[in-house]
Amino acid sequence: MTSSNSSKPQINAFREQILNAAKTNTPLSIEGGGTKCWYGNPNQFEKLDTRSYAGILEYQPEELVITACTGTPLKEIEAALKEKNQVFAFEPPHFGEKATFGGAIAAGLAGPGRISVGNFRDFVLGARILDGKGQDLAFGGKVMKNVAGYDVSRLLPGSMGTLSLLLEASVKVLPKPAATVTLRCQISQGAALKVLNEWAGQPLPLSASCWIGNDKDADGELTIRLAGAAAAVKAAIPLMSSLVNAHEISAETAETFWNDLREQRLSSFNNLGADQTLYRLALPAACGPLTIPNSSNDVVLEWHGQQRWIKATGDETTFTSIKKLANSHGGHATRFRQGANVNPSFERFTLLSEQAHSKALEAVQARLRSAFDPAGVFATKRLP
Amino acid sequence: MIVMNMVTPPPDLAAISALQTKLVSALRPILPEHALLWEPEDTIPYECDGLAAYRRMPLAVALPETEEQVAQILKVCFEMAIPVVPRGSGTGLSGGAMPLSQGLVLSLAKLKKILSIDPFTRTAVVQPGVRNLAISEAVGHLGLYYAPDPSSQIACSIGGNVNENSGGVHCLKYGLTLHNVLRVRGVLMNGEIIEFGSLAPDSPGLDLLAIMMGSEGMLAVVTEVTVKLVAKPKLARVIMASFDDIEKGGNAVAAIIAAGIIPAGLEMMDKATTRAVEEFVHAGYDLDAAAILLCESDGTPEEVAEEIERMTKVLEQAGASGIQISKDEAERLKFWSGRKNAFPAAGRLAPDYYCMDGTIPRRHIATLLKRIQGMEEKYGLGCLNVFHAGDGNMHPLILFNGADQEEWHRAEEFGTEILEACVELGGTITGEHGVGIEKINSMCVQFGEGERESFWGVKAAFDPEKLLNPDKAIPTLSRCAEYGRMRISGGKLPHPELERF
Repeated sequence: MTSSNSSKPQINAFREQILNAAKTNTPLSIEGGGTKCWYGNPNQFEKLDTRSYAGILEYQPEELVITACTGTPLKEIEAALKEKNQVFAFEPPHFGEKATFGGAIAAGLAGPGRISVGNFRDFVLGARILDGKGQDLAFGGKVMKNVAGYDVSRLLPGSMGTLSLLLEASVKVLPKPAATVTLRCQISQGAALKVLNEWAGQPLPLSASCWIGNDKDADGELTIRLAGAAAAVKAAIPLMSSLVNAHEISAETAETFWNDLREQRLSSFNNLGADQTLYRLALPAACGPLTIPNSSNDVVLEWHGQQRWIKATGDETTFTSIKKLANSHGGHATRFRQGANVNPSFERFTLLSEQAHSKALEAVQARLRSAFDPAGVFATKRLP
Repeated sequence: MIVMNMVTPPPDLAAISALQTKLVSALRPILPEHALLWEPEDTIPYECDGLAAYRRMPLAVALPETEEQVAQILKVCFEMAIPVVPRGSGTGLSGGAMPLSQGLVLSLAKLKKILSIDPFTRTAVVQPGVRNLAISEAVGHLGLYYAPDPSSQIACSIGGNVNENSGGVHCLKYGLTLHNVLRVRGVLMNGEIIEFGSLAPDSPGLDLLAIMMGSEGMLAVVTEVTVKLVAKPKLARVIMASFDDIEKGGNAVAAIIAAGIIPAGLEMMDKATTRAVEEFVHAGYDLDAAAILLCESDGTPEEVAEEIERMTKVLEQAGASGIQISKDEAERLKFWSGRKNAFPAAGRLAPDYYCMDGTIPRRHIATLLKRIQGMEEKYGLGCLNVFHAGDGNMHPLILFNGADQEEWHRAEEFGTEILEACVELGGTITGEHGVGIEKINSMCVQFGEGERESFWGVKAAFDPEKLLNPDKAIPTLSRCAEYGRMRISGGKLPHPELERF
């Protein structure tokens, strides 16, 4: 990883804060722009603000890699990529103007493109961190293929700041697809899931999908995105649209739709009731339509049904039954956003111990965390 | 291949023999008779993997047929504090499966069933001993395949692929093992069954599946793998471009990527390689070219036509002196045949060759090739360069005669210098072959003490007693100190705080 002399004062300040916290065994809550502070288990610990360490360190489009500091605004990075006609193909959501690079990595969330290109961790190539002892460490690198040492940098996406402080990361980028077309149709949830999975098994340029409806047995709105070589997209349009009676929507409308889906600005995400929680379900491709207890309004299905958003009452009983339901299909559930009246201390995630197949991971995960952070500097429990 | 024997005689034969007797009698109740080997004539095939220069005889070899047996074997070894070296097909090129003289080799070769195939969810559940290519063969009739295709794919096993995070010719577009595996089930050293990942797009907690990938058999023994299957492209065509200058070839690689194209494969061969393989396969390669680039497009016929046209333009602009486009599948395979036969062709030029595996940023390809030319003179040994140009993963093949100890020593030094150049150019010592035992000293160059200590922390999180393949991939502090002493420069000793013997 690159480290320039000008970066030293900020890193020294971070180290000092970490060492002080280690002395008193009090965790630090790492925060960037604060755009995702509602995500994960809340805490009242002292904050470590990453925004002082910002800037793009290296970006060479022909290497398909960008290296930046943790506090760099995400929109600054995406603007730099756009200038060279490249993208983060997994489309990390910002959830606000001030989103930072480090915050996006810590949250590990991905947008509509995830189903066709992979998750955030699939694109992380290397990272520079400060561990709980204040050690400045670099793992991975800036090249596509690298099996020297354990792949520690890929543990960071989704770790919610509970493993170490990210200083810099190198992330793989891809060229923007040459052509993109969005199609839309009315179709039932079951039929949508079936056709999406069938398409995904064929050589078609299917890049993203979203089904929105309020009744699992009635028709809802299916929007699909095709992306790739212009000829491939053009050839696929008649083939796919004739099957589901879909029509093409304008490029402008489509761009707004996919952005609003990624940023959860669609009307289906709005108006979360004070007693409600927005639940996220991550499910295997085989999972058909589900009936969710105490749910209301629209259900949003992304990633060909593998990511589902459902508004339901925020009480523990409801979460328990949703977790059970997801678990019985081989997936898991998260309390993503909370209504104003939902008890903020309710656990937001499925615990490893709640799934028979992941129980053995609990001890390993605890030992792994303490290897990087023996004094518990990052033990905020934001991610259990 | 390399034929030297680096074995140092075990220190105490009587003690080893006693330990062997103890281990064998503890394992006998668990395994059928044919699944436990300890006579030297039975265990000798296991003394090395694909890196034959490093050999050692193990105490015994166990060949379990079920996950239950794997767990029981590990439990026994755990209780007896006997280290275990897991082994797949033994095709690894870094000595990752080299036995320990006081340890057990645990071969997963008999766990070779494809347990289920689901075309709807595009997944297959397979046991670790299933060969990489066998998966694609089993699902081919469904229009699907398993994308990572390491060059050893006819023989190498999926369990080994997980442990090395194997790539292949097509990983630029389709990803590494990491990107194509959803779930891994395995057994910890203490015998506990553990599962990483799931069929869902993500799982609760830290992403421990990611750290299992490429962990070189040091964290858990893999017993089941759920792989992702992808749609077989309808068509593939390859462009073969010649360059009269290696630098132009290197720049063409960068130009393709900069043009927004991700080819299905982007491979390069230098002049020495082209000549060697042409004599072997008669593919009609341009023998005057300083570099040959193979650039493949796959997808629908429309997509391929469009991409081939774009790639051709870029290659012409980059100064290609000749361009041929495969007309049909037979010609495509002919163009590829040389690249795929580079290793056997090297075997015809010299008694032995030593295959390196560094990765560098693409823009430095020409720089590294020029440096290697200088090293050929310095060490008095020839070197063929074939590589995955698209992702900067180089495979220099150093030619030498293994019957000559001194020549092997020079080959090793040559290889080490290449790896150090890779690190210096911003790359890594291993792109896909793994560190194993072979590159363990180079880990001291690529990583500092803090990183290496963290790696030990990761290892201990899974295997606190450090019994699972303990001497591979991660060097100890004293090993790096010793290596530093050997490569002392400027009169300064690394790790002056350490005692030296």
